[in-house]
Amino acid sequence: MGNGTSIGRVRGLGAAKEGTHHWLLQRFTAVGNLLLGIFIAVSFIAMPDMDYETMSEWIASPVQATAVALFVISSFWHARLGLQVLVEDYVHTAGNKFAAMTALNLFTFAGAAFGLFAIVRLALGGAA
Amino acid sequence: MADRPLSPHLQIWKWGPHMLVSILHRVTGDGMALVGLPVMLWWLGSLASGPEAYAAFQGHAMSWYGLIVMFGLSWAFFNHLCSGLRHFVLDMGAGFELNSNRNWSVGSIACALILTVAFWAAMIAL
Repeated sequence: MGNGTSIGRVRGLGAAKEGTHHWLLQRFTAVGNLLLGIFIAVSFIAMPDMDYETMSEWIASPVQATAVALFVISSFWHARLGLQVLVEDYVHTAGNKFAAMTALNLFTFAGAAFGLFAIVRLALGGAA
Repeated sequence: MADRPLSPHLQIWKWGPHMLVSILHRVTGDGMALVGLPVMLWWLGSLASGPEAYAAFQGHAMSWYGLIVMFGLSWAFFNHLCSGLRHFVLDMGAGFELNSNRNWSVGSIACALILTVAFWAAMIAL
């Protein structure tokens, strides 16, 4: 904070007084998506086929299970941040914005939890 | 919402590559969030549920309409990736000159198309 002058009190805050954290997280998760997405895309290319055995064996081994689990976290987090901007840009009524953000948060956590559970089940051999 | 004049919107401005790459970044990103993530969960959930569920998933994913969605998602992935890399360059404060901005915009769209075609060519060939 500044020295008490008008410009000193507002400098660095911006209009919303927040957003730097959002901006940084969007970039951190983008790097995660970039690396993990390329890893998964190259793995798909290298697979002989897309059959159940091939795919479930691939995803069950420790490195791949970790990579796909991290991709679920990184992509859902990144999507959550991106859709927040969509809501902020196009939903102007306070009540609708609150409802949209609540739904977005619920779907983000539910979706990521489901994806992670599926990977854990495949990796720990619970699948049929 | 307050009844005051809005700034000119999409239909007012003359289109340029920088505008196209910007709106494509949003469309592909939100498209992947709303369509791609559910497809990914369907894929993971069917794998974890066993061979029958996975066969049902593949029946849709490998059908003509499924392949259109998969091709669209792969293009969205590569386009968002390329225009995202463009954003990293802009974040460094570089590439704002008119010509280089135009080149990065056209380049990221072209690069995404090449990567998408190369990805599917490699999927089929290998």
